[in-house]
Amino acid sequence: MIKVENLTKRYAGQPAIQDLNFEVGKGEIMGFLGPNGAGKSTTMRILSSFMPPTSGRASIAGFDIFEQSLQARAHLGYMPENVPLYNDMRVTEYLDYRAALKGVPHRRVAERVGDVKELCGLKDVEKKIIGALSKGYRQRVGLADALVHEPDLLILDEPTSGLDPNQIRQVRDLIKNLGKQHTILLSTHILPEVEMTCSRVIIINRGRIEACDTPENLLGRIRTAGGVVVEAKVGNDDGAEELRKIAGVRDVTASVDGDWQIFALRVEANTDVREEVYRLASARHWTLRELSQRRATLEDVFVEITHPDEA
Amino acid sequence: MRKFYTLLSREVRSYFYSPIAYVVLVFFLFLAGVDFYFQLSFMNGKPVGYSVQEAFFNSVFFWFAFVLIFPLITMRLFAEEFKLGTIEPLMTAPVRDWQVVLAKFFGALVFYLILWLPTLLYFWIFQLVTHQPAANSMGAYFGAYLMLLLLGMFYLSIGCLASTLTKNQIVAAIISFCVITLHFFSGLISFIVQEVTSSTRQLLGYFSAIEQMGTLSRGEIDTRPIVLYVSMTIVMLTLTYQAFQARKWRL
Repeated sequence: MIKVENLTKRYAGQPAIQDLNFEVGKGEIMGFLGPNGAGKSTTMRILSSFMPPTSGRASIAGFDIFEQSLQARAHLGYMPENVPLYNDMRVTEYLDYRAALKGVPHRRVAERVGDVKELCGLKDVEKKIIGALSKGYRQRVGLADALVHEPDLLILDEPTSGLDPNQIRQVRDLIKNLGKQHTILLSTHILPEVEMTCSRVIIINRGRIEACDTPENLLGRIRTAGGVVVEAKVGNDDGAEELRKIAGVRDVTASVDGDWQIFALRVEANTDVREEVYRLASARHWTLRELSQRRATLEDVFVEITHPDEA
Repeated sequence: MRKFYTLLSREVRSYFYSPIAYVVLVFFLFLAGVDFYFQLSFMNGKPVGYSVQEAFFNSVFFWFAFVLIFPLITMRLFAEEFKLGTIEPLMTAPVRDWQVVLAKFFGALVFYLILWLPTLLYFWIFQLVTHQPAANSMGAYFGAYLMLLLLGMFYLSIGCLASTLTKNQIVAAIISFCVITLHFFSGLISFIVQEVTSSTRQLLGYFSAIEQMGTLSRGEIDTRPIVLYVSMTIVMLTLTYQAFQARKWRL
């Protein structure tokens, strides 16, 4: 659905993205992750034909974004970052206008606009002036606009930024549902969102793709797959020293909480040392109060990939 | 074509969403009304050799109001879209650049024509009350309103160009105001400066909106201003189109 080859964009000589190559297949929900200024919005703006790349090619639904820009744009629903809207129009009026602009046949405009208002929960504000809407509703108007011409592909630039947790959940559910019929490319900072919604993830940093994989595989690739927390009374033993001897444990840091000692274990990828820790504790007659594994999250992957020194 | 009409209708309606339309309408109708009133009182005082309609379109009041409205009408056209970022959803919809440029120009033109409609009433009421024609012939009306259309097109296209150059509406208004007054006053030089040779005077006369209005509002349909302003409008819109496209490479 999207094909990107050697895409490069320079602003006044400064590269914003360099040699991007990726493909998004039909029906995929692709997450686009990266720190601010990594080139996410730039890539999305190029894909939506808003600005041309410095070099390289990209196509949407088989249409080159530069040579066949109009056809490519007709297959695309794009929601820009911060959702710019005409503040002086009413919601229905705006969506009618957008539907006509995007070539929805005249007799179907009312039906399509009704459908997207229903889908995005805009029914109760349909007569309001857009300028008077809250951030959450503006976001939904933007999403309704992106959907109104039934595009094959949705490109959403930070669809959940600035929303409260309830609204984020609503938008996330909406995106998940949309993923059943549409191909989606979405960028976000919120990592749990990606884990929950996306079938594949691209991590981009300083204009380059650092990783492109499923969330599960990315988690597997990480150097430390998480850790184990042990809280115990160890008596006169040197707990940290003993725990370090367990196979698979890379490092132990200890801290004290009253009579209790808290050990944070960093372990090798894909190993579970909890059983070993329990055996050790029972052999040494330690009193255990907590033995838990912290699963690695995409956040760890993100931090490790974008700031390798701090991981 | 449907996309063009969709864009055009939004442009025209957008004038009436914002207070700008009403401010401009009130300001303009006030000055036009004052103009009409003073011309009539003056003509009541002593006999003159011209008609009410000629007097109306050739007074200082008229020209003062005239040059001021164009920056007000055109300043927001592109600048506002750039400022609000609405240019992004607009240009990522399947529309062509020239469709957007022409829709904005013709949207402004439609609003400009709406602005003039009430002035037709003045002459009608004059005739109704005095039982005398306000103009010497129908051709005089036609000529005067043709001149309004021609010069309006040219000045609106200047405003369009100014608005594509910046995202600040005030800057756009100042640029178009300067260019429009420059053009307007170049036509006045021949009245003000004594020591110009007759050939310079003649050359400037070709550009003089005031002289052209004088001719056309008498009912003499001179084709030279028609060619001049239609072609200058096309040039300005071409430049607008180029400047609008250039935004992609400036980003």
